[in-house]
Amino acid sequence: MPAVSETREAVEKLARSNYEWGFETNVEMDLAPKGLNEDIVRLISARKKEPQWMLDWRLKAFRAWQDMSEPDWAKIRHPPIDYQDAHYFAQPKKKSGPKSLDEVDPELLRTYEKLGIPLHEQEMLVGVEGAGQKTPVAVDAVFDSVSVATTFRKTLAEAGVIFCPISEAIIEHPELVKKYLGTVVPVADNFFSALNSAVFTDGSFVYVPKGVRCPMELSTYFRINARNTGQFERTLIIAEDQATVSYLEGCTAPQRDENQLHAAVVELVAMEDAFIKYSTVQNWYPGDENGKGGIYNFVTKRGICKGDRARISWTQVETGSAITWKYPSCILAGKGSVGEFYSVAVTNGHQQADTGTKMIHLAPDTRSTIVAKTISAGQSDSTYRGLVRMQPKARNGRNFTQCDSLLIGDQCGAHTVPYIESRNMSVRIEHEATTSKISEDQLFYCRSRGFSEEEAVGLIVNGFCREVLKELPMEFAVEAQKLLQISLEGSVG
Amino acid sequence: MSDFLKIEGLKAQIDADGTPKEILKGLDLTIPKGEVHAIMGPNGSGKSTLSYVLAGREDYEVTGGSAHFKGQDLLELEPEERAALGVFLAFQSPVELPGVNNANFLRTAVNAVRKARGEEELDAVSFLKLAREETSRLSMSGEMLKRAVNVGFSGGEKKRNEVLQMRLLKPSLAILDETDSGLDIDALRIVAEGVNSLRGPDFSSLVITHHQRLLEYIVPDRVHVMAHGRIIHSGGPEVATLLEKQGYKQFLEAAA
Amino acid sequence: MSENSAAAWQALTGRAGERAALLGAGGLPTRRVEAWHYTPLQSLNGIAWQEAPALDAATVKRRVEGLNLPEHDGLLVFANGRFCKELSHLPDCMDVQEYGDGSAVQPLLAGRFSAGLNAALRQPGARLHVPAGTDAGLIVMVSLTEGDGVSTHLHHSVTLDEGAQLTLLDVQLGTGQYLTNPQVDVHCADKAHLSHITQQAESHEAARLAIVGARVGERGNYDSFTLNQGGVLARQEVVTQLSGPFSNTNVNAIQLVDGARLNDLSSMIHHASPDCTSRQTVRSVLSENGQGVFQGKILVDRIAQKTDGYQMNQALLLSEKAQMNSKPELEIYADDVKCSHGATVGALDEDQLFYLRSRGVQEEQARDMLVQAFLLETVELVEHESLRDYLLKALPGHV
Repeated sequence: MPAVSETREAVEKLARSNYEWGFETNVEMDLAPKGLNEDIVRLISARKKEPQWMLDWRLKAFRAWQDMSEPDWAKIRHPPIDYQDAHYFAQPKKKSGPKSLDEVDPELLRTYEKLGIPLHEQEMLVGVEGAGQKTPVAVDAVFDSVSVATTFRKTLAEAGVIFCPISEAIIEHPELVKKYLGTVVPVADNFFSALNSAVFTDGSFVYVPKGVRCPMELSTYFRINARNTGQFERTLIIAEDQATVSYLEGCTAPQRDENQLHAAVVELVAMEDAFIKYSTVQNWYPGDENGKGGIYNFVTKRGICKGDRARISWTQVETGSAITWKYPSCILAGKGSVGEFYSVAVTNGHQQADTGTKMIHLAPDTRSTIVAKTISAGQSDSTYRGLVRMQPKARNGRNFTQCDSLLIGDQCGAHTVPYIESRNMSVRIEHEATTSKISEDQLFYCRSRGFSEEEAVGLIVNGFCREVLKELPMEFAVEAQKLLQISLEGSVG
Repeated sequence: MSDFLKIEGLKAQIDADGTPKEILKGLDLTIPKGEVHAIMGPNGSGKSTLSYVLAGREDYEVTGGSAHFKGQDLLELEPEERAALGVFLAFQSPVELPGVNNANFLRTAVNAVRKARGEEELDAVSFLKLAREETSRLSMSGEMLKRAVNVGFSGGEKKRNEVLQMRLLKPSLAILDETDSGLDIDALRIVAEGVNSLRGPDFSSLVITHHQRLLEYIVPDRVHVMAHGRIIHSGGPEVATLLEKQGYKQFLEAAA
Repeated sequence: MSENSAAAWQALTGRAGERAALLGAGGLPTRRVEAWHYTPLQSLNGIAWQEAPALDAATVKRRVEGLNLPEHDGLLVFANGRFCKELSHLPDCMDVQEYGDGSAVQPLLAGRFSAGLNAALRQPGARLHVPAGTDAGLIVMVSLTEGDGVSTHLHHSVTLDEGAQLTLLDVQLGTGQYLTNPQVDVHCADKAHLSHITQQAESHEAARLAIVGARVGERGNYDSFTLNQGGVLARQEVVTQLSGPFSNTNVNAIQLVDGARLNDLSSMIHHASPDCTSRQTVRSVLSENGQGVFQGKILVDRIAQKTDGYQMNQALLLSEKAQMNSKPELEIYADDVKCSHGATVGALDEDQLFYLRSRGVQEEQARDMLVQAFLLETVELVEHESLRDYLLKALPGHV
């Protein structure tokens, strides 16, 4: 199998030198002292000028967290994390929160431009040329712990959509935040969600009122910049009856030797006939060729279809992080509601990913679809872990699951661990999984048609992921494909 | 009992993702004893729904009207009771039954129907003899009796298997739901011969088809044009020829 | 958490012989232990398990005769954990030796609770040995258990030398609220072929923690089929290691669960050599309040290139209260492999049911036909013809 060994050599040579987003931005930072205790929680709350109820909520979470231990069931290994050896608050130094783009540190803006996220509204109009129509995207940019700029807020406000940093929502829309925060992912749901609830510093808040179709894609870019900081963002999206919203999330971090912790929580609430589409392109720094550094990405994402016929669709392209621990899930509580999970996870070098979903069917006529594509290369390990549960009331529940794994090289691992639980006879659950390598025949065919091996592998892997990539909004699909291509240069071809 | 099958004002709907969708919208149709009628109509006119409702498929909810066969309220009966009464539906796409041996299936069905009709059940030997005769008559290989029902059968084999079942069950009303779709000329002839061989004073048939081609082989007594869940025109065999030449347009316009 | 937490392990090995205390010590795995999540054993706690008393020979003889066993070349009978020599016979080519040695856990089964329990309370079972190049035909092993609050822990070993062949029908039955915990260690040397059919027809009140560990040499074949249909709480655990290249294993099963019972088929197929194949079909039919569990892992080592593994798990739910929990699992470290699994859970197919009824078959009979067809396809995987017929007779409604 000469073709594959060549690929493997290329993999080893290129290793992880390809992380284009590894630069560091020189912005003066305001750092909280290292360590985690009640005082730090109080400090975060005070810095954010939060009301008392929010502080109480955080303290409750912190106390719960102290009694919890890290989950040990995932197929990941890492040295013990010293939770006292990190900064839990880092903020670019500025008088106060920016009121408009003009107030944002130009250095920060340049960072986002390097990342390819034009923050200026006029630049945002560079959409996809599709049908000659330009698609604007509203962006909320989170730099370390703080939301630095949110664009298009006026246009959105006219439609009745609230899109703002969650720190602002806590102050401006306390009734909404109080009503929904922690209802989908309870404070003590798991070790990392409890930690996040105690120390989250920012994130995005979206509220789409009844009957409103959000006029543009909403997007958040998360960037970890400061050294030894954890990033704990919190996102809450609410779509009222018949509301529709599509939300995109992108992540990058500079190259560093130490591991950095990222523990986000995302909660989605979809009411009757509402539709929330949540797309992620995760490209945190994965560590170097020796497995040094990289982000530990422990994320809890969950949505509830509260109303009848509500629909939540998760799409993720996971190419970064040293460790990914992430299970975007759907609770299907409304009759006829729909949950979807489309995932591509690429691991290379020493990366480890344990990712998948949970589809909890509670109500009649609920449907879920899971399509997970796993690509492992180098010395990495990747696991799909998913739960499909049909409760007694989920009459006529349907699930279809397809998990496919591709292995490149003989030093990596790919694993599939589905849990299928049925307490109801009228359901239909179908699960299929395959594991294979890139076919020599396909490679040869492409190469004999003039593709280089790298291009051929890229082509085949893109084809392998097609079902997932087509679920991404156009703006993201282009970026995701590029990202896969780059990952492939270093990882698969 | 000249009105063998009598359908009056039949309305039926199906649940389409939580919302009911009406497909039959007050359909009238009478087939006298001993006659073969054809229903032709464009896609989506409700032809297959009609055949399913007559055979007793539970997914379809009858919301109005009636259907009587041999004086009995057909809609009150379970699917197997309709079969015993003599209703036979030849499916458009017969379902596969993995693990169910074809010979065993046929014998169970034949004996269930014979028993219900007060006839003596067939023992294994006499059934097999009968089945062999019928398979060779339909140019089917005897091997098909040993296989699982319809599993791995080609389109043509499935249709022949339907005709085989029809010959064995000796229905008094055979409903052929687009049995001609996907058949080559030879297979079409065999299917037609199967139906024609049963024709007689006590046998009626409802042939649902898209094309006039099948009706060259099974010449109907009457042809009905169906659209939007109703019969919009009825006539002699010439209607089929007319349709083949001119399409449905004129009938649809006349009915509008 | 590992399957045998340190405390549970201590409780087991440290107190061998003190059966009641051992099983009542609370050292049984709970729901929190991943491997027992769907089959929790708490209901076994607190029962004062006793050693099962000897049964009278006439009773045992009557029970064995009642089985209508297929024609066989040898018969081994165990009653309440004791070997019944007078009812047993073996072909000349084979020998049976008493188990003398101690309580070591077979390395292949290390860390598995059922094996640990067997090691702690082990009773000598059959020790079958088929010499090289010999076909020993069909041997039937019957294990009968009777009584309440008693437990048996038979330990059997089956060794096939190079090129040897054997078909083993392992029948387990009984009456009462007992616990059986049999272990079978299998070793198939190069080119050896063992067909191992387990008919689990224990009392519907009995608990059962059975485990099989099989090592297969080059071009060897371990072909296993389990009919799981008894026990109130019954796990059949099959661990196969393909340790020589070009070897093969099949781990097929049928589970028929009614009442308020739970049947569990857990398996590990370990591809430890290149060029091996494994096939698995497990079909469960759950009715009334029955619960079915399937956990099946295919593990492919880095060196096990060209592995071909396939696993299919299907469950038919026939009542509102029936439950099925499945966890098919692939753990793969080699790249040049072809592994797949599939799982389906659902009720009888409405299209199929309607088709049968439209041909005049009564609804009840149509349902039976479809259930039988579902099972038949799996029984047909058993190579031995007379065994297939025997198993079909054991299924409801005699397919």
